Amino acid sequence: MSSEYKIEIRNLQVGFGKLMVIKNLNINIMSNCVTAVMGPSGCGKSTLIRTINRLNDLVPECHVKGQVLLDGRDIYDPSMDVVELRRRVGMVFQKPNPFPKSIYENIAFGPRIHGIAGGNSLDEIVERSLRAAALWDEVKDRLDAPALSLSGGQQQRLCIARALAVQPEVILLDEPCSALDPAATAKIESLMVSLKKDYTVIVVTHNMQQAARVSDFTAFLYLGELVEYGETRRVFENPSSKLTEDFITGRFG
Amino acid sequence: MRFRRVKSSIALVVIRLSALIMVGAGVLIFIYLTVKGSGVISWPFLTEPPRQGMTSGGIFPAIFGTLCLMLLTLTFALPVGVASAIYFAEYTGRGRSHLNILMRYATSILAGVPSIVYGLLGLSLFVLYMRFGFSLLSASLTLSILSLPVIIAASEEALRSVPDSYREAAVALGATKWQMVRYAVLPYAVPGIITSCILALSRAAGETAPILLTGAAYYHPRLPTSIFDQFMALPFHIFALATQSVDPVKTRPIQFGAVLTLIMLVLGMNMVAILIRIRQRRMAQG
Repeated sequence: MSSEYKIEIRNLQVGFGKLMVIKNLNINIMSNCVTAVMGPSGCGKSTLIRTINRLNDLVPECHVKGQVLLDGRDIYDPSMDVVELRRRVGMVFQKPNPFPKSIYENIAFGPRIHGIAGGNSLDEIVERSLRAAALWDEVKDRLDAPALSLSGGQQQRLCIARALAVQPEVILLDEPCSALDPAATAKIESLMVSLKKDYTVIVVTHNMQQAARVSDFTAFLYLGELVEYGETRRVFENPSSKLTEDFITGRFG
Repeated sequence: MRFRRVKSSIALVVIRLSALIMVGAGVLIFIYLTVKGSGVISWPFLTEPPRQGMTSGGIFPAIFGTLCLMLLTLTFALPVGVASAIYFAEYTGRGRSHLNILMRYATSILAGVPSIVYGLLGLSLFVLYMRFGFSLLSASLTLSILSLPVIIAASEEALRSVPDSYREAAVALGATKWQMVRYAVLPYAVPGIITSCILALSRAAGETAPILLTGAAYYHPRLPTSIFDQFMALPFHIFALATQSVDPVKTRPIQFGAVLTLIMLVLGMNMVAILIRIRQRRMAQG
């Protein structure tokens, strides 16, 4: 088992009821890199990253076959502690989804449920997480303000900070900018790049420019299969598959 | 073409009239009761016990009894109702499982059972079998069972209206199922749950048949001192004055006063429910 791969996915099949969404997919995700997952709507991008933190478990008719190894350990093994897995693999959703609480309480939610009581250490975690999400300077004077009073872009960075507060190893971002304007998108993108220093980042996007700008590796999914995967520059400049080329040149998508 | 438009205006007139009849009936009842009853209501009327075979004096024991009854009913029905609602809304496969469907039928059937049947159930189960006797305890347990279907259905609704994005956010942070429910769902359903409980209680407040069979007394001016005491209650007091009065001419005004008091109590509870809802809406908007 190679140690440079943070996540290794082998023969993955995911379906909802009778519908197969991911058909026999193999992919290895590098540690401390940004990996972009691209593809047209409905190709299984979101389903794929939701298998990595087992969020698909919430969907009753979802079934998963194959292996997803995190640091060499199968997360679908019955001995896996799903709660601990989700602490290690954080997630940011398409639409910013802060709790209707204060900014501070949103960040404190994760540490609290994992048993960090409060006081100084919690204050430190909140500040550190907000700094890491490049939001500290904008909100440091109003940590008690409702999170929903922030702008959409700030809310999304708050959600990133909230995910960082439980000290994950992997961060999954499911089209994190699709509800944001270009300025807010630029901030999230530079944030993603800075996050790879400490985390393994996987971002789902249907925006090719975004994938080209932020990612080190790009995976192209089509109808539940991995069509192309490699270094981003190579995938964009010299795609090995006709499908990828058509997608990149905007012939469909 | 013209005929189509005429039909449309006729339809509007008919549905508007129907709505008016509904509102009008309510307003008429309220005005009638206010005219007849407001003269009777006074501080002594609300704070003194009935006297001279209920032909004079006040209705305080009945008010007090009804309040005790409501409080106890809430104590029993709220935890059980909310716990079952959480179970059905969060733990049984989001409304698709057989258990959930079965439960839904059971709830609507229970909600349709006539209240006298609950009264008989309370009489045989609590009063006789469990030997709680004719008491506040028996009556409030009976009313709890009667209110439960409403509380469960409405609380479930309140829980389901909490956006799934909160659940996903909590679970993705590593919350256990219970932590998710406790910290990311329940807090945002509480106003809806409270509102539903108040509405269920305000219905229960007016029930006569169940308490008649389980503990309400015709005449019991001494206030209940324990949950095993009998008690007077407003709806039963009204029933007694209306049907078993020794002197209808003298008791008629008292009866109107009691009816108005009961209506005000129920309206007051509804107002509280509405206020909670408004306040919550404001808080949700930040």
